[in-house]
Order: sequence, then C-alpha cells, then structure tokens
Amino acid sequence: MFKKIWGWIQRFSSPKHFYSISGKLIPWFAVPAALLGIYGLYMGLFVAPTDYQQGESYRIIFIHVPAAWMSMFIYVVMAISAAIGMIWQIKLADMIASASAPIGAWFTFLALVTGSLWGKPMWGAYWVWDARLTSELILLFLYFGYMALQSSIEDQRTADKASGLLAIVGVVNIPIIHYSVEWWNTLHQGATVAKFDKPSMHIDMLIPLLVMAIAAKLFYAAIVLIRARNEVLYRERNRQWVRELVEKL
Amino acid sequence: MNGAEFSWSEFFHMGGYAGFVWSSYGLALVMVVFNIVSPMIERKRVISRVKRAIKRDANSSQAS
Repeated sequence: MFKKIWGWIQRFSSPKHFYSISGKLIPWFAVPAALLGIYGLYMGLFVAPTDYQQGESYRIIFIHVPAAWMSMFIYVVMAISAAIGMIWQIKLADMIASASAPIGAWFTFLALVTGSLWGKPMWGAYWVWDARLTSELILLFLYFGYMALQSSIEDQRTADKASGLLAIVGVVNIPIIHYSVEWWNTLHQGATVAKFDKPSMHIDMLIPLLVMAIAAKLFYAAIVLIRARNEVLYRERNRQWVRELVEKL
Repeated sequence: MNGAEFSWSEFFHMGGYAGFVWSSYGLALVMVVFNIVSPMIERKRVISRVKRAIKRDANSSQAS
C-alpha cells in the first residue's frame, strides 16, 4: 500500500509529468485570477463605502492586506517545498521552492511600500521601527537571502540544500509577523479579519478584500507554475525529453 | 463613494489621498505586469540556452 502511494507520488512529481500537466493547468488559475482581480478592483474602488475614520485612504487595504497575506503564505509554501525536497529528494519540490521566492519577494515589497503609503497619511510617517513592520522587512531579507544562495552556488543540489535550510529556519519569522501586533505595543492596527470572533469590518469592505486575496492566490498559482516550468527546462536540460521538446519550440 | 452623484474627478481625487492611493494601485499593477512578463522572457532565454547546448553537443560528437 505504502509502496504503491510512494510510486504514485514519484511518478506524479517527475519533472516530465509535471511539465505537461502544469501546462494545461495554468489557464485554469490565470483566467479566474484576472476575472476576480477585476471584480475585486471594481468592488473595492467603486462599491465599498468611504471609511468613517480614514476617508478614502483606507482603500489601500485592498492591495496592502492581500499582498501581506501572500508574502507569508508564499514563504510557508517555499519552506515546506524546500523541506520536502530535502527529506524525500523530490527535485520538483526544490523547483517549486525556487520558483516561489521571487514572487514572494515581490508581494513582500508591495506590502511594505503600500503599508508605507498608508502609514504616511494615517500615522504621519512612512516608516516606524515597530514590530510588525520590522518583522515584515526581515521577511523580505529572508527571500533575498534565499535567492542569493540559489544564484551564487554553482552546484544545484548544494544550492537547494543551503537555500532550503535558510528557508526552513526563517519560518520562525512567520508567527512573529502574525502575532507581532499582539505581543508588542505597535502602531500597526490589530487583526480585523483573521480573528475568531466576527470580523470587525463592513461587509462591503470585507468582500472586495477577500476577492482580492483569492485573486492574488490564483495569480501566484499561475505564475509559480510558469516559473517552475522554466526551472524544469533548465535543470533537466541534459535529458532527452527536454531536448526533443525544445527542438520543436 | 458616498456622494449623491458619481463624478470621475472626485473619484480620482480620492478625498485628498490621491497620491497615496494611486501610487499603491500603480505599484500593484507594475508588480503584476512584471511577474507575468519576466518568466516569459526567462522562458525564451532558457530555450535558446538549451538549443545552443544541443548544437554544441552535436558538433562535438561529429568531431570525435
């Protein structure tokens, strides 16, 4: 039984199999991502009411919060993939991890900059060294560290091991980011959506926020598959099937 | 918008926060476009690299 499952996992995670399956999957993520993104923007910019405290400036939330959620979500995906690659020697997992890093770094950067653009009118400062902002900045540096190790180490297996180790150790930062607003006295506001009692947000604001969050997840899924396919072609460039495929392109 | 009548100039004005709001949305757009275009360019680069390697191997096998 276990052998059967293991064999199935190995077959499914073979780069060749992944390459053909993922090619078919991409539009199923990309098209809904685009549609939901447009719908979310419409709801967020035209339908959601003006905030009684923050006026129109709060509309940055529809970019900022999904970006911040993605920055953490992608990091966890990256660390888990790196761990799977390390423990079970599944090459595809290492490729997913390495394909995820630049997307995660971009979302982190977007979360930091939009947060800063929201902080200026609301707090009077673009940046404060408070726990939430600092731990999110550390997340950006963890992504940079991962990418630097990936690109600077010649041998792919060594690169995957070194960068994977960094990714796994860096996971401790994720709960720190999440709970920073509770553990420390921060300027950053507390959770409004991800808490156990009812989210303290107007439904017309909550809907575009969730729609944008789902669109961002689907966007990541599409882009990570495209990037992982590039990784497959490059890392498996000496295989016969890749050479046959490339010659037809 | 909670005004009685919708106006585009009011919409773009964002209650005085236009600079902050539109820079945020603008950066998000840049991020999305970049993340779509950059793996496409990368794909072309990888394919041409593999093609060069195929040619090189074909030449070296002929020479030997």
